[in-house]
Amino acid sequence: MYPRFGHKFKNCLTSQQKIKPLSISVQQLTKTYGQQKAVNDISFEVPAGQVVGFLGPNGAGKTTTMKMLTCFIPPTSGIAIVCGLDVEENSVEVRSLVGYLPEHNPLYLDMYVKEYLDFAAEINKVKNVKERVSEMIEITGLTLEKRKKIGQLSKGYRQRVGLAQAMIHNPKVLILDEPTSGLDPNQIGEIRNLIRTIGKEKTVLLSTHIMQEVEAMCDRAIIINRGTIVADDNTANLRNSLKTESVITVQFKNAVSEDKLRKIPGITKVSSAGDNRWNLHSAGNEGLQESIFKFAVDNNLVLLESKLSESSLEDVFKSLTR
Amino acid sequence: MWTIYKKEIRSFLSSLIAYITIIVFLIATSLFLWIFRDTNILDAGYADIDPLFELAPIIFIFLISAITMRSFSEEKKTGTFETLTTRPISDLSIILGKYFAGLTLVVFSILPTLIYYYTVIELSAEVNSVDTGATNGSYLGLLMLGAAYVAIGIFSSVITENQIVSFIISMFLCFFFYSVFDYLSSFEFLKGTNFFVEWLGINYHYRSISKGVIDTRDVIYFISLVSLFIWLTKIIFGSRKW
Repeated sequence: MYPRFGHKFKNCLTSQQKIKPLSISVQQLTKTYGQQKAVNDISFEVPAGQVVGFLGPNGAGKTTTMKMLTCFIPPTSGIAIVCGLDVEENSVEVRSLVGYLPEHNPLYLDMYVKEYLDFAAEINKVKNVKERVSEMIEITGLTLEKRKKIGQLSKGYRQRVGLAQAMIHNPKVLILDEPTSGLDPNQIGEIRNLIRTIGKEKTVLLSTHIMQEVEAMCDRAIIINRGTIVADDNTANLRNSLKTESVITVQFKNAVSEDKLRKIPGITKVSSAGDNRWNLHSAGNEGLQESIFKFAVDNNLVLLESKLSESSLEDVFKSLTR
Repeated sequence: MWTIYKKEIRSFLSSLIAYITIIVFLIATSLFLWIFRDTNILDAGYADIDPLFELAPIIFIFLISAITMRSFSEEKKTGTFETLTTRPISDLSIILGKYFAGLTLVVFSILPTLIYYYTVIELSAEVNSVDTGATNGSYLGLLMLGAAYVAIGIFSSVITENQIVSFIISMFLCFFFYSVFDYLSSFEFLKGTNFFVEWLGINYHYRSISKGVIDTRDVIYFISLVSLFIWLTKIIFGSRKW
């Protein structure tokens, strides 16, 4: 058990805030269910206005962390601070600053869209309910559906209702648990655009186990596995850090010897893929395609195909969470 | 609290629960009061609606359990419990919102029975022959009994996410508090404490108020019973944080 230093931490936060306001600050957060540690001693900070992707395989502790940040369950030890307020000491204040879309997006299916948003606005103590609700309906593109029952809506539209509900009180921090799971590719695109738009002015913490999602939407990714953080960096850095080698697959029309290929500058390893196809390994990829093309011209070879495969975040994810 | 209250009332109205409860209650009571031979007021010869006050507690065991069974179970099952509890609203105001919505439904099912009362007044042989005091007391008693049942029902609903389980537990607890203490007190082995055991039950206080004399102790009993179950509900409600 870690001792609780709620006030002390708050003080050092305020001095930090002058430089860079923090929206979320998590210190040595742990959650234990019985014997099992769902979240084990994680610490991270999210400055205001950042869109952070919370990544991990199923059961890694993403949802548990989010539930603690939204005051649904208390941490076993450690502290979570949202906008300078402790989630346990100032629970109600934190809840009013956070918009939350839980996993599986629970909604009252027998309520009408507008009725539900009215309810969400009132429960969040929004002042001008009517204006705010019609504003949210417009932003989330629910205008045509607002008189329908939520139970009649498709999954994509329900997700929009969930997002509208989470943003209705104009929260500073948005916590979205798997906002695009179970949607079709078009709907995913729409929801991503929506989140990107929101992300311009709010701090967003979204969880997912889909890599492309993070590459498409987030400034930064926190990868979590078995309750601990295994990587935390900008999406670009994260991709570069693990990019140890790139592989170019080339195909020539005529036969070529392996020794000759090995002499191309920058190539470290050559392996045959059959049918005059070769996999050329290299430490970096700068000017690689150019030198391969030059090699083909010099040796009177016809280059049929040249494909560069870079390591994607997907690979990073796989290698970190294995 | 009023936001939750409004939402609950709306859902009662839109899901037909409200209409069905009121209609079933009225049909059942009018059958017993005006049509069935043994309990019929017209044949009884007395200008009172006592059969109503004997029947209503029994019917309410079923009806109120049915009204309240979904209040928290459904939220837990569908996951809306999580959205609800992560909003800036206290646990107690969620519980009270749901409690008062249930109570409102009970009041609205009792109100139409005033017509029976009026009918009996009109039918009575002499002017002022109806015991107004006793009837008013009985109505107050019925209302408080309803309030206690709703609290029990809300509590039963918070302990499970299965509506049927909640319904059965609620019926059992209502029945237990209504009459089991009464029966228990007549057992030989409880001799000496039997008055106290009887006093614990709802029926004792309900009958006492029905006489038309409003004893503060009975009122306090009902208020305590309601508070007890609301408090227990709050504890279970907060158990997500354990």
